[in-house]
Amino acid sequence: MSDIPAELLYTKSHEWIRDDGDGTVTIGITDHAQELLGDLVFVELPEVGDNVESGADCAVVESVKAASDVYSPVAGEIIEVNEALADAPETINESPYAEGWLFKVKLAEKADLSHLLSADAYQAIEDVD
Amino acid sequence: MKHTILNSIHREMGGRMVEFGGWDMPLHYGSQLEEHHQVRRDAGMFDVSHMTVVDLKGERVKPFLRMLLANDVDKLKVPGKALYSCMLNEDGGVIDDLIVYYLNDEDYRMVVNAGTTDKDMAWIEKHAEAYRVNVTPRRDLAMIAVQGPQARDKALPLLPANLREFVADLKPFQAAWDGSWFVARTGYTGEDGLEIMLPEEQAGELWRKLFENGVAPIGLGARDTLRLEAGMNLYGSDMDESVTPLQSGLAWTIAMDPADRGFIGRPALEAQQRKGVEKQLVGLLLTGRGVLRNHQKLFAGDREIGEITSGGFAPTLQTSIALARVDAGALDDIDVEIRGKRVPAKVVKPPFARHGKPLVSV
Repeated sequence: MSDIPAELLYTKSHEWIRDDGDGTVTIGITDHAQELLGDLVFVELPEVGDNVESGADCAVVESVKAASDVYSPVAGEIIEVNEALADAPETINESPYAEGWLFKVKLAEKADLSHLLSADAYQAIEDVD
Repeated sequence: MKHTILNSIHREMGGRMVEFGGWDMPLHYGSQLEEHHQVRRDAGMFDVSHMTVVDLKGERVKPFLRMLLANDVDKLKVPGKALYSCMLNEDGGVIDDLIVYYLNDEDYRMVVNAGTTDKDMAWIEKHAEAYRVNVTPRRDLAMIAVQGPQARDKALPLLPANLREFVADLKPFQAAWDGSWFVARTGYTGEDGLEIMLPEEQAGELWRKLFENGVAPIGLGARDTLRLEAGMNLYGSDMDESVTPLQSGLAWTIAMDPADRGFIGRPALEAQQRKGVEKQLVGLLLTGRGVLRNHQKLFAGDREIGEITSGGFAPTLQTSIALARVDAGALDDIDVEIRGKRVPAKVVKPPFARHGKPLVSV
């Protein structure tokens, strides 16, 4: 059974979103996603300053098995990326919700979080996966 | 889906099961990377019971195999000695790659790939008839590969007492046997080790005893990265019936001498040699960022020159490596297309790693 923290929001494509409460959000991939992928060996992150649309692919995580796109669940500007992952992509396997975060977005004014899933709704998706 | 006799033990030991060539096999038991390092540094075991052991017997089995295989079993003089060979069709295309063991002049044993077993058996039986060779797939045997620098020391005490002394003295690519137990100093990892064929009903007990003796179970994922680092081809990825051994880095496995040995595929190989071999299999080491994957396209300048046949992350080298089929001729630095971007890679000669050590560097 994978870990799904109740305080986070989720997408069907297995990203998690933490509302940092100051107009910014932190984004990563879920415990379920890292488990499906297996040992991660490479991460490609967006550039700080990039503007992303909701649903745009903006990062790539690659495991021993496969490459997987990571989509930004929200519109906004990339304000920080987790550079420590370049040398230690396995951090995502070890700590997907804390040290293994991917990037932070400053929400655009039009940004909308209403389409994101609660922990319960995400759990329901994982169950059929 | 087919199950090996060890299927329930894999599940019990936490194996993440996947379909492979029609078989339900463990991909890994938790971490593919840790399993890879375990084999390079200590000892691991693989269930390879999905592969097929085929016994060939008869007065004319030797001339039969000299006709059937591209390598020459006449090289095998010592009982138990093994030979790696391709089995070709008339066009020189690779039907399968295999290991053949010499037991005596009327008795040989082959181990063929799982996914190709049906077509291999049909091909072998079709040609065996004229030589009156008896062909018997040994579905009653399981096979466990124990690989790594500590593999032989950890496995030896668990073998039948009357085999131990012989197995302890085995040279690489040689086997010893007693009854239905057949133990060879061979493998597919680039490490020392043994491949143990034994009666199915005894396989579970051996697996558990190996585990108690510190030999970790290893899945197909690490098996693939270990063999790739060792520069060994994978049938179905690096070669198949559409290419010849000459285009697959396997020229060393073709015995053209003596010139009068007529093996299946020989005329096609000779014609290809006369015309010039247009493709070659090379090793690649990624110097830029990313991961090399099967079927990524390769470029020299603007010219597309081929594609990756097996690519992945190499845990021993901590970078990405690949085998690739490219145009013949000298090559130096090339580019790989990864998700639309060109990333530089260096052409190197496999193997990439052996006996725990990297052999190439960026």
